[in-house]
Amino acid sequence: MALKEYIKGAVEIGRAMGVTLKNLTEKPVTVEYPFEPVPVYPRFRGKHELRRYENGLERCIGCMLCEAACPTGAIYVEAAENDPENPTSPGERYAKIYEINLLRCVFCGDCEEACPTEAIVLGHDFAMANYNRRDFILTKEELLNPGEPNVIIRPE
Amino acid sequence: MDWLNLIVFPILRTVVLFLVLLTGFAYLTWFERKLLARFHVRYGPNRAGKFGLLQPVADAVKAMFKEEIVPSHVDKPIYLIAPALALIPALIIWAVIPVAKDTPAIADVGIGFLWILAVAGLESYGLILAGWSSNNNYSLLGALRSSAQMISYELPLGLFLVSVLILAGSFSLVDLVDNPRAWWEWLWLWVAFPFFFICILAETNRSPFDLPETENELVAGYQTEYGGIKFSLFYMAEYINMITTSAIMATLFFGGWRGPFAEEFVWLGPVYLFIKVVVLLFLFVWVRASISRPRYDQLMRFGWKFLLPVGIVYMAITAVLAVLLK
Repeated sequence: MALKEYIKGAVEIGRAMGVTLKNLTEKPVTVEYPFEPVPVYPRFRGKHELRRYENGLERCIGCMLCEAACPTGAIYVEAAENDPENPTSPGERYAKIYEINLLRCVFCGDCEEACPTEAIVLGHDFAMANYNRRDFILTKEELLNPGEPNVIIRPE
Repeated sequence: MDWLNLIVFPILRTVVLFLVLLTGFAYLTWFERKLLARFHVRYGPNRAGKFGLLQPVADAVKAMFKEEIVPSHVDKPIYLIAPALALIPALIIWAVIPVAKDTPAIADVGIGFLWILAVAGLESYGLILAGWSSNNNYSLLGALRSSAQMISYELPLGLFLVSVLILAGSFSLVDLVDNPRAWWEWLWLWVAFPFFFICILAETNRSPFDLPETENELVAGYQTEYGGIKFSLFYMAEYINMITTSAIMATLFFGGWRGPFAEEFVWLGPVYLFIKVVVLLFLFVWVRASISRPRYDQLMRFGWKFLLPVGIVYMAITAVLAVLLK
C-alpha cells in the first residue's frame, strides 16, 4: 500500500536527520591552514632539501645519479673536484652547481631513492607559491637551508 | 479622526517591524551558514568579525557596490518591479501575527487566517513575473516550476489552516493565542504539524523543495538574470518568508507569545515568540542539511496525491472532533 511506502520514507528521513544532528556534537574537521599546522605523514613528498653529515660536510658528492633518475629532467648538477684542504664533501667530487626546477618536478621521489648518500630528500613543505618563474628554480643555497614548514608530522 | 491611534502608532510599529525583520534576515543568513556548516562538520564563516558576525554586513556592502546590470533583452518595467513584488508580501504578513497579549504586530484586521492565505497567494507573482520578464528559457522554466509547486502546495496548506480555524472558532490570530485551548486540541494539532511544515517548505521554495533555485538545475532558475541589489531582494524575500512562516507556525501550533510569566511581564511575549521562531528556523536548516531533493514530478505527486487527501481527511476529522468535544 502506498501508505506503507510513505511511512518507510518518513522513517528514513528521520534517520537522515539523526545523522546530521549527531554531526553537531563533533568538532569540525577543518584545519584553518595558516593559523594551524597541517598534519602530514612522515613520508610526505614536499619541497627538496640537501642534507649534511654531522660534522658539517655536505652529503652530495656530485655523482649526478639523481639527474639521471629524474623523469622530467628537473635537476641540473655540475660536479667539481674537491679542494683537499677545504673539502666540501667527503669524497672526490662535490656539486658545484645544484639546481632543481620546481615547475618541472613531479615530486615522485626517484631522486631521493637514487641518491647513494641520502643527500637529496623530499621534505614536508608544500607552500611553494611565487611571483616570478625565476624564483621557482631552487639553487643549492636554498636547498641547503630550507625553512621550517608549517606542518605537524602525524603517525602512520 | 483619531490621528494617534490610527496613523501615528501603526506607522511607528511598521518602521520598527521593518527594522527588526531586515536585521533578522541579515542574521538569519549568518545563522543558516554557521549552522549548515556545523551540520557538515566544518566551520561556517569565521573571518569577518568574531564568529563571522560581521559577515552579513560584508555581504551587504558587496551587494551595494556591485554593478547593477539591466540586460538589454528583458522586459524592463516588469523586470525591475518583480523583486519588490516578491518582497512585499513576505513583509506584510507580519501585520496580523500577535507578539504580546492583545497586541498584533501592526493591526488586528480581524481576519488573520484569510490575510495569511491571501498574501501567501500573492507571493507567487514575484517569481512568475521575474521568470517571464527575463526573456530567458531557463528562467521561465524555473519560474513556472516554482509557481506550480507553490500553488499546488497552497491547497493542503489552506486545508490545514482551515482545520486550525475550525478548532479556533474565530478568524483572528490574536484571539487564537489569547483563548485557552483544551489538551486534546494541542495534541491533535501537533499531529498536523509535520504536514503543515512540509507545505511551508514548499511554499517558501526551501530545501528539499528548492528545485527552482538550486545551482545544479536551471542555473539559478528565475533569478538568473538578476544581480546585485535585485538579487539581494529575492534572497531577502525568501529568508523573510522563512521567518514569517516560522512565526505563523509558532503562533498556530505552539502558542505564539505564550510562556511562563508572559502575561505579567508584557515584554516577555516577544522574547518567547523569538525563541520559538529560532527553534523553527533551526528545523528549517536541519531539514535542508539532511534531506535530498525529490525530482519535480515526485514533488508534485507527493503534493497532490498524498498531502491533499491527508489534508481533507484531517479537516473532516477535525470537524467531527470539534462538534463532539466542544
